Amino acid sequence: MTRLTVPKTYKLYIGGKFPRSESGRTYEVVSKKGVFLANVALASRKDARDAVVAARGAQPGWSAATAYNRGQVLYRIAELLEGRREQFVEELIATEGASKAVAAKQVDTAIDAWVWYAGWADKYVQVAGNGNPVSGPYFNLSTPEPTGVVAIVAPQASSSLLGLVSVIAPAILSGNTVVVIANHAAPLAAVSLAEVLATSDVPGGVVNILTGSPSEIAPWLAGHADVNAIDLAGAEALDWVDLMVTAADTLKRVLPPEAGVPAPSLERIVALTETKTVWHTKSLI
Amino acid sequence: MSDLSKTPSFLDYAPAPESTSILHLKKSYGLFIDGEFVKGHGAPFLTISPSSEQKIAEIANANSRDVDVAVAAARKAYDRTWSRMSGADRGKYLFRIARLVQERARELAVAESLDNGKPIKESRDVDVPLVAAWFFYYAGWADKLDYAGLGPNPKALGVAAQVIPWNFPLLMLAWKVAPALAAGNTVVIKPAETTSLSAMIFAEILQQADLPAGVVNIITGAGDTGEALVNHPDVNKVAFTGSTAVGRAIAKSTAGSGKKLTLELGGKAANIVFDDAPIDQAIEGIVNGIFFNQGHVCCAGSRLLVQENVHDEVVDRLKSRLGTLRLGDPLDKNTDIGAINSREQLDRVRELSDIGEAEGAVRWSAPCVIPDKGFWFAPTIFTNVSTSSRIARDEIFGPVLAVLTFRTPGEAIAKANNTPYGLSAGIWSDKGSKILAVADKLRAGVIWANTFNRFDPASPFGGYKESGFGREGGRHGLAAYLESAGWGSGK
Repeated sequence: MTRLTVPKTYKLYIGGKFPRSESGRTYEVVSKKGVFLANVALASRKDARDAVVAARGAQPGWSAATAYNRGQVLYRIAELLEGRREQFVEELIATEGASKAVAAKQVDTAIDAWVWYAGWADKYVQVAGNGNPVSGPYFNLSTPEPTGVVAIVAPQASSSLLGLVSVIAPAILSGNTVVVIANHAAPLAAVSLAEVLATSDVPGGVVNILTGSPSEIAPWLAGHADVNAIDLAGAEALDWVDLMVTAADTLKRVLPPEAGVPAPSLERIVALTETKTVWHTKSLI
Repeated sequence: MSDLSKTPSFLDYAPAPESTSILHLKKSYGLFIDGEFVKGHGAPFLTISPSSEQKIAEIANANSRDVDVAVAAARKAYDRTWSRMSGADRGKYLFRIARLVQERARELAVAESLDNGKPIKESRDVDVPLVAAWFFYYAGWADKLDYAGLGPNPKALGVAAQVIPWNFPLLMLAWKVAPALAAGNTVVIKPAETTSLSAMIFAEILQQADLPAGVVNIITGAGDTGEALVNHPDVNKVAFTGSTAVGRAIAKSTAGSGKKLTLELGGKAANIVFDDAPIDQAIEGIVNGIFFNQGHVCCAGSRLLVQENVHDEVVDRLKSRLGTLRLGDPLDKNTDIGAINSREQLDRVRELSDIGEAEGAVRWSAPCVIPDKGFWFAPTIFTNVSTSSRIARDEIFGPVLAVLTFRTPGEAIAKANNTPYGLSAGIWSDKGSKILAVADKLRAGVIWANTFNRFDPASPFGGYKESGFGREGGRHGLAAYLESAGWGSGK
């Protein structure tokens, strides 16, 4: 006799906890072949707002952590992801209909992306900052700092795990905290990634993951006054111009939609930072 | 002020006006398109001196047809000339412009003070020297773009549409034009309606520099001209300095257009004075922070946050220092406070000041003699200001300082950050470790420690939050006009 399996309840990830949607709503996720996989939480406007509150609360602490510390935390995510590699491969096969080889490649690439970005945590400031030779007796230094709370629409077309990692990692390594809307059709890997984050050393609230409808939730995040930037990487199929117009009300930084999964890049890191320039007088001796 | 005492004091100065004979103004100015001055098709308007309300010259008004022509000229110059020219040669043109600005510096300073109302000592010693410095700095970048931090062989964007404010007319033009040209873009720029004059002299400088026609086009007009320009479909880059309200509108209208956008908008900077600050320097810094250029400065230190135990001392000394400021003829070399730029702006400063009083703040104005003609507002301090008061929240853009207090560094940081703006901030303390710790926590793009309102072409300037995005100045300012071609061998 085969053993009866114990299926997982797939929930949201907000403030380090796994709540159901306050709305009580779920949506059915099926495999490419139409087989039922899970009832996944369908996040509401209220869930999105709760996630922003959690992200804002976590932001000062996370950005004040040393760069060395943030780098190690990101590397730790890669370690734990590696340990649960098989689980992610299975989920990607189920939700994306990928072959085992393709799914495994996606998981490996996602793990390597964490490692690549982990190494940037204590370097991007050196590369993107400047000492400025001003004409006068002043010390003058420009350094990038995290923008704050970043809302993200994760890539929707394919690669539900790699797409998610490709937008979360460059945002959080500098000290931003994020509210990310997962891949709608294939959300299982996102919830499992949340479990990885919860058991690695990422403080609660640094990454908040919402499963649900991007077209329903994204407008609330684009208009939220306590969100500093919105990454529309996966918003290609949405009315993203409208989201940009909404984001302009609070002059958010906006990253445009991208076809496919964003490649690892320093530009993505720097795009979610602000340059602060500090002048200090030098005494005349 | 001099009549307060019968015996002459050190405050009594004989008038020392800078001569206007160095100016050779035309009666009317056209639009500068494709290297020539041409007629505008909108109704021309007058530019006046805000200190005397006297007419200076007639200025052409560009309508949407003129905007089309200007953008087409910039496009043609980009395609046929500027994008094909070597970086070294682009740089040489910018060096030429820097030198010509230096050669005609006095003339530009006089024109600026006449048209804008700012004291000649500021236009002569700050604005115009910085204009030359800006062109000189970016000139050297033109053939070194591979080192701008965007990877090898970064690309220019194309035609840049630039709209600038009236507070530093020529300096804002330099902030916009110099990096755009160095990066290989061509430009259509619109000065503010009340301050077109120095841009017209600058157009003559471009002719003297023999800059290829169409590389820089200067179109004059009001808000509708600017709107037509930034919304023009053949523009690749929009750079705007001005109010947050207009910046918001531009962010909306350019959404989805693919135009690269940088915005330098309003501010409500906190100038934080700790009890261990060098008070003499702090008083000078507070005065410079809010009364420089009549407070018409987006990064002005308009909120003084002073530690409670030194509040009375600081306010008393501030008042006595303000009593020595000389308000009057902008062309007088002894003038500290010039004219408010326009009647409209004066009305806004008055309205917000009245609101401040109505909301319970205590108003004190320096005892200045206000000239009969022109637009003037005496340096004013509000004490007993609550954090919710309009004068503590809204950008006044005038010589009005709101004084608030704090007890701990944590409270100072919380109050300083309690604003949707985030352009600049000041910190005054003799304790370096405290300054650096506070600077870390302030959400502002430029932080001046034991100084204020310093600008340099090598130093990036720009805001957090609703003060806009993008940086002007330094390597970062160059990146605002370039697109990375990718890092090639990188990941």
